[in-house]
Amino acid sequence: MSIRNVEQLQDMHLDVLKEIGNIGSGNAASALAELIQCDTDITVPTVRMLDFSEAVNFLGGPENVAIGMLVGIRGDITGMMLYVLQHSFASKMTSTLFGSEIEDLTNMNEMETSFISEVGNIMAASYVNAISQLTGMMIDISVPNMTVDMVGAILSVPAVEFAQVGNKVLFIDDGFVIGDGEIKSNMILVPEMQSLETLFTRLGVSV
Amino acid sequence: MANVTVGIADLNVVKAPDTLVTYALGSCVGICLYDPEKKIAGMAHIMLPLSKEAVQGVDNKRRYADTGIMELIQDMSLQGASTTRLVAKIAGGAQMFSVNSAVFNIGERNVAAVKKILSAYRIRIVAEETGENFGRTVFFHADTGMMEVRAATRETKFV
Repeated sequence: MSIRNVEQLQDMHLDVLKEIGNIGSGNAASALAELIQCDTDITVPTVRMLDFSEAVNFLGGPENVAIGMLVGIRGDITGMMLYVLQHSFASKMTSTLFGSEIEDLTNMNEMETSFISEVGNIMAASYVNAISQLTGMMIDISVPNMTVDMVGAILSVPAVEFAQVGNKVLFIDDGFVIGDGEIKSNMILVPEMQSLETLFTRLGVSV
Repeated sequence: MANVTVGIADLNVVKAPDTLVTYALGSCVGICLYDPEKKIAGMAHIMLPLSKEAVQGVDNKRRYADTGIMELIQDMSLQGASTTRLVAKIAGGAQMFSVNSAVFNIGERNVAAVKKILSAYRIRIVAEETGENFGRTVFFHADTGMMEVRAATRETKFV
């Protein structure tokens, strides 16, 4: 059997993806701690398959304005990763590091923009490294492409890609504890189906 | 007066004084059709250009520009709209991320497909808010035929 549709994934496949989510979040937490020079912990991430509209609602509804960062994946597997950063997360980062919150996401200054873009880079690299660590595969990522816009419009990018193979997206929900507050961050993985098969085969999970 | 939502890969038809709304179009295109005499408004929210390009067969006709527009016209006719009176206003088809590849140009391809199909039905496009790199929420008012386009970083436009 080959995976043609993300809806065919079973619990054991999700467990593998969850483990990748775990390791990726762990990597991300240490990298973020170093970047913002503050203790950073993670809570256990959840990995789910969500309908497009469920994912949008989970992220605060279609018109909620957030930061979207898109990273292309090349190498032994191909696909894309979309990292969605909420205003609260971005603000927590900047206030921890610079002591100032981001007032308006759509009007960030140069320093905030480049800092947030670096955070996206770190997050994407953390997950990709997790896949490499588990599988020994060679994977490259492109420089993150950032936009600030309505969540529904940002998610239409992976939704269109997924529309060819199914209605659902792979959704990783991470909780980070920075200082005294917990903040959420979300990663959406859009692997090509062929790549998912390669990934599972490499890990000895039957497809 | 009610607001009737059109989901992604979906469509709806209302009569005056109701309003159709679809939220946060990215690369998707919102197609608004209007019969000014009967004040019947229809809206489709398509994701992809052509149903024949579907990899695994078409499970939802409303996802594609060609089959979506066809179904919208049929639904409007059933409610009493005349195909010859229909005019179109379209919005969306943005490129949310500036990466150069086929999938990222999907917005542009969606708009091109919508224009071609509307022209095949001899439906004139009287207003267009497409392209660029930002998301749009679209309201379509059946009493006036006005399309209202809202964005996170732009002024609201009425066309």
